[in-house]
Amino acid sequence: MGKYIKFFLVGIFFGIVLVKSEAVSWYRIFEMFKFQSFHMYGIIGTAVITGLILLVISKMKKVKTTEGSELRVPLKELGYKRYIFGGTLFGLGWALCGACPGPMYILVGTGAFSILIVIAAALLGTFVYGLLKNKLPH
Amino acid sequence: MEYILQPWPWYISGPCIAIVMFLLLYFGKTFGMSSSLRTLCTIGGAGKHVEFFKMDWRSQKWNLIVILGAILGGFIGHQFLSHPIAIDLSPETITDLKTLGFENAGSSLLPPELFSWDAVFSLKGILILLVGGFLVGFGTRYAGGCTSGHAITGLSSLQLPSLIAVVGFFLGGLIMIHFIYPLLF
Repeated sequence: MGKYIKFFLVGIFFGIVLVKSEAVSWYRIFEMFKFQSFHMYGIIGTAVITGLILLVISKMKKVKTTEGSELRVPLKELGYKRYIFGGTLFGLGWALCGACPGPMYILVGTGAFSILIVIAAALLGTFVYGLLKNKLPH
Repeated sequence: MEYILQPWPWYISGPCIAIVMFLLLYFGKTFGMSSSLRTLCTIGGAGKHVEFFKMDWRSQKWNLIVILGAILGGFIGHQFLSHPIAIDLSPETITDLKTLGFENAGSSLLPPELFSWDAVFSLKGILILLVGGFLVGFGTRYAGGCTSGHAITGLSSLQLPSLIAVVGFFLGGLIMIHFIYPLLF
């Protein structure tokens, strides 16, 4: 169990940050897609820039992971169809229920239990993707 | 303490999310919330029927632990570290939501018009949550990642596939909010 505690702590921090940043709020997602506030763009933008800086520094300093291997980001396979088709379907759902997978779980913790229905539907969606995977253009 | 209780500005929140991503990479894993949906399908026995779910879910245990932590973090953040919710939405957003029939926008995390049990037990209400959730689950696996995997991790490692996926996220989101919402509400 000991080796999992660090993951649990990172998760707690992530949950607190997303609640305090209001990124778990349906209203903030609506506002973002209406381009009526900089808030969500500021969050995503500074996350990406900070992430980029951390990754560049760790590459320069040849930072090793706690497992002893070279720290590297898994690479997404090349292509465009799955990203544009899958991404668009994801975006439709994200805007409709105002929650992407991280916030879905975090909202359970805030006591918004009707989000469990959204999670159940997301599990079904994932299962149906697995069923149809070989028939879809990737 | 007063600063913690106030909503956190974007320039604090964004870098904190990047730290989460970096810590998970530093632990030899990666930042991807939606992968857990596949793992949960596997635990539920989906691997007996579908090749895609045939994997050893124990290799993903760490990600489920992150999620358990995130749920607890959501509880702590909401119960102990927040003043009564008053999201400082832009006045245009509040007006637009009123036109669509959403009252008191920003006085809770989620609109009661969609997430209260009364709303959930109406045909339209349940369909919105089910279709929305289904599209998120299907779309994220099809695209190979969600906001954490593509928008944060993929963009900060300058990966073109993630940029295409994020363009897709916004394409879908804009179609939903600007063209489909006016038909739904």
